[in-house]
Amino acid sequence: MTASKASDALHLQTLTELARGLAGGEFSSRELTESLLERIDAHQKSLNAFITLTADEALAEADLADKNRATGAGGPLQGLPIVHKDLFCTAGVRTTCGSKILQDFVSPYDATVVARLKSAGAIMLGKTNMDEFAMGSSNETSFFGAVTNPWDQKMSPGGSSGGSAAAVAARLVPAATGTDTGGSIRQPAALTGTVGLKPTYGRVSRFGMVAFASSLDQAGVITRSAEDAALLLNAVAGVDPRDSTSADQPIPDYTATLSDSVKGLRIGVVRQHFDEGLDDECGKTVKTALATLEDAGASLVDVDLPNIGLSVPTYYVVAPAECSSNLSRFDGVRFGHRADNVKDILDLYCRSRGEGFGAEVKRRIMTGTYVLSAGYYDAYYLKAQKVRQLISRDFNQAFENVDVIAGPTAPTTAFRLGEKTDDPITMYLNDIYTIGANLAGLPGISVPCGLVKKMPVGLQLVGPAFAEASLLSCAHQYQQITDWHRQAPEAFR
Amino acid sequence: MHKTACIIVAAKFVGYLVRLEIPDRPVPLTKEQVQHIAILARLQLEDDEFEDVVSKLSKIVDFVDQLQAAPTENVVPMAHPLNMSLRLRADDITEADNRDRYQENAPSVESGYYLVPRVIE
Repeated sequence: MTASKASDALHLQTLTELARGLAGGEFSSRELTESLLERIDAHQKSLNAFITLTADEALAEADLADKNRATGAGGPLQGLPIVHKDLFCTAGVRTTCGSKILQDFVSPYDATVVARLKSAGAIMLGKTNMDEFAMGSSNETSFFGAVTNPWDQKMSPGGSSGGSAAAVAARLVPAATGTDTGGSIRQPAALTGTVGLKPTYGRVSRFGMVAFASSLDQAGVITRSAEDAALLLNAVAGVDPRDSTSADQPIPDYTATLSDSVKGLRIGVVRQHFDEGLDDECGKTVKTALATLEDAGASLVDVDLPNIGLSVPTYYVVAPAECSSNLSRFDGVRFGHRADNVKDILDLYCRSRGEGFGAEVKRRIMTGTYVLSAGYYDAYYLKAQKVRQLISRDFNQAFENVDVIAGPTAPTTAFRLGEKTDDPITMYLNDIYTIGANLAGLPGISVPCGLVKKMPVGLQLVGPAFAEASLLSCAHQYQQITDWHRQAPEAFR
Repeated sequence: MHKTACIIVAAKFVGYLVRLEIPDRPVPLTKEQVQHIAILARLQLEDDEFEDVVSKLSKIVDFVDQLQAAPTENVVPMAHPLNMSLRLRADDITEADNRDRYQENAPSVESGYYLVPRVIE
């Protein structure tokens, strides 16, 4: 394995390095954009990481960025390329959410995340593939076909932000946006050897994100370094009048604290996260990463999350319930697919939805409908919201004694495409270590920490609400002593 | 209790009995129950989808049933992931009228209205 440096080819450089190169006039935004578009073009067929490419718009924006730079105008991300998960609305460019029902939908407005990155100067190269409506952990539920994992193209890249993760891992783009409802940023980041940051619930606006489960959804980023994640979080974080759940909390400069040492940092290790279910080799790899942080001055503290074992079943009541409500907007009337030759309004609803949604989305809508239906609400939905409170309480108690909680992001490395599609429960258990942070609204980050049989393993750090700065500095410090994040899949160097 | 709900509860009870005899089998939802859920969810399922939906939904319901054993007496159900309350804002008009632009995505419109099959005879 050879680690890359700033003097390397453009596609191997991080966002931070590219920003320096642009500022120093080493290359223009047009040169950078052209070279990445060529790479995307060469690999799109085998990776299927994109649903829509916006090459012409990107080149026009790159020229504008170069002009702005010459006059000293423009934002902190001036001329830097980025791609968006196809769940973020983009004005004038179709937003499919990986679904047939939205395959021709063109949003009249930009999501706040898209608008903020644009106003900071970032250039969108395209929209990435994803599990349909973000419901999946393998990217196989996409109407546009599965994405392949750049480390081994027989394998899944994880999901639901699988296209974003694969594009960043394959060095097609330095950074991508993603969304995380139960692990959809962190799990694909782990499976592709990239960095995935899910901020605190409310840290980033959800306006213009196609809603899946509104109390769990959060926008975030997939990058190749913690430093890049900090740079992007600076641009997207903050209260938004258009999202009443966005948090009105002070926003630090996340890049300013990256050099904070891990000396004295108390890292909680959850006993339950190393129980059966975790692959032995992955477990060893994560423990080595923890030992590395300990050697750097952090202290490891055992913590107990007694109810964490119930997080997956809790999630599979709460998330489908919210999904069944949110997805009722797809009715074939105001936007999206409408069935032909309908006989009445009920037929219009049922057939438009029946034809437009894929199998996993239908299952989740039906599970949600069932747990909310008369006679079942108390037993399932209310019960799950109580267990959710217990899980949240466990985290809050743990954070009285530790600064961050660390462990594996996923129970195994990437699995084969098709391996888990027959059994929904096996698929759901991929998110066993990530779901807790969504239920409790906490920030989490996955960073590459090793390879098992040449496939990447992720180390997950979870922090108290609004403690993204300490997650990012801990991850950055780890990346100062290790170079796992610098390793590219063999076929994509 | 609603009649349908009674039937579902009864069917589920039978399901549990079946499970006692065959421990590895999840609680089966019946085809009729699934049909009812599909109508509530406004989803038309094709005949060839049905068996798969029935068996997978049964597995999911069986899986989430483990929540029933959790002790939750006196626990307040969560209503916000950080137990925060929502902000209020002034009741001002902030959005412009963009009806025509929004209706560009609609399958069928006329004179600013969305067209659907006749609902009132």
